[in-house]
Amino acid sequence: MTVVTFIIHFVLIFILALGIMVLSALIFPFAMRRIWGFIGDRYGPNRVGPQGLLQPFADGLKLFIKEDITPSKANRVLFAMAPAITFITPMLTVMVIPFSPGFTIANLNVGLLYLVAVGSFSILGLLLAGWASHNKYSLLGGLRSVAQMVSYEIPLILNIIIIGMLVGSLSLDDVVGSQGKVWYIAVQPLAFLVFLIAGMAELNRTPFDLPEAESELVSGYMTEYGGLRFALFAAFIEWGEVAVWSMATSALFLGGWRGPFGGNAGWLVLKVLVMAFFVIWVYATFPRLQVDQLMAFAWKVLIPISLVNLGATGLFIILMPDNFLLPIAAFSWVSVVLLVALFPGLLRKALLRKRLRQMENFKLETTEA
Amino acid sequence: MEAVLWPLLVYFAAALALVSAILTLSYLLGQRHRDAETGKPYESGIVSTGSARVRFDVKFYQNAMFFVIFDLEAVFIFAWALAVRQAGWTGYAEIVIFIGVLGSALAYLWRQGQLDWGPRRRRRLAMDIPKENDRLRG
Repeated sequence: MTVVTFIIHFVLIFILALGIMVLSALIFPFAMRRIWGFIGDRYGPNRVGPQGLLQPFADGLKLFIKEDITPSKANRVLFAMAPAITFITPMLTVMVIPFSPGFTIANLNVGLLYLVAVGSFSILGLLLAGWASHNKYSLLGGLRSVAQMVSYEIPLILNIIIIGMLVGSLSLDDVVGSQGKVWYIAVQPLAFLVFLIAGMAELNRTPFDLPEAESELVSGYMTEYGGLRFALFAAFIEWGEVAVWSMATSALFLGGWRGPFGGNAGWLVLKVLVMAFFVIWVYATFPRLQVDQLMAFAWKVLIPISLVNLGATGLFIILMPDNFLLPIAAFSWVSVVLLVALFPGLLRKALLRKRLRQMENFKLETTEA
Repeated sequence: MEAVLWPLLVYFAAALALVSAILTLSYLLGQRHRDAETGKPYESGIVSTGSARVRFDVKFYQNAMFFVIFDLEAVFIFAWALAVRQAGWTGYAEIVIFIGVLGSALAYLWRQGQLDWGPRRRRRLAMDIPKENDRLRG
């Protein structure tokens, strides 16, 4: 490699690094507000510039000239460090994503492991933010987000492993490379479903946005943050993670940069936009869950499903080492259909049983007292 | 495949540069003032009482423990997943036993009510112990 190509590479990577985060922070919050407006039969921001397109710049400028308040009792160092740690996380995860044929910033042979390992750094930042703020709401928000994110991390990892098994490699380049004939969403819709739900929970998006439930916790772990540090949390990190998570989902299940007329980065961008739209759509549609239901869902539903799916996938791979995609797809589709058909009824029964038990306990306690 | 690692470092430097530029810019551009209420914690306009270093529910700690257990499980499964074709039936039997042990641990936690958030179920189990003793004594 000559010095010139090295410098060109260097500059390209640098621009890409800044571009993904800045663009997602500029585009997605604005898109979210306009789509929200559309879904709620309102306008959304449409005053600054044509169709309100300059709104994100106005917001950004406003946040730039706001004061960075640090509460007097807060732990100053940790308080300043927390947004920085969380901010670096999505930027680091994006490095193993294949953008177009032959272009990955760092083509690691442990890409999938890197994805989950580095992706969980942000949990540390949220916990620090919650604790260092010296505010009860922040503390609760931080703890809640950690509890939620670690719980949903497990089904997420298990389903990433399933894809790794199908490919036989942990490099994301190989994952996308092996989806030439069929995308893995068609082979493993069950894994995709669980991955989607767990991913939405990892992103702290509605219906899983309990850490910042504004009706109970003001704004969760970011209550005490103002100015640009708030912008780091609310725009750069949240939406940067949405962008990175969409890229990872595309690479794992939707064929990454693959598409008709030859694969290139345009398809990846399109898929990311569709995924982001899906996230916003769910955000505008669903109510927030209760915290106990949220935690129970990860441990009692998603983890058992993922473990069974993992075992079945391994079984089919060993049974039919040459032609395992078809039986796995059959198994996965049947399970998805069964789950969607039966789950609501089972859930209703379980909740009814729980309520009956609670009433019985209540009777016991009142008679004993 | 030759692992090219220098872009990783460049990218990390870019991330650090961006975040420090943003924070420095906002520090330089932002206003600064200090009034009586500036440094107080914001609790929806209600005057804050006591410290925020409060004792919180042990559930959060427990949850983190469960996470560590199951996350480690995932790390071991990673190793098997990569070699699933070479490991064959022996490897499959071993991983089924491994997952089975952890699955029974999950079932035990579930049965104990450790996965329920809220005091009801656990309190009932605690109450059962004296009753159980009475029953055994006859």
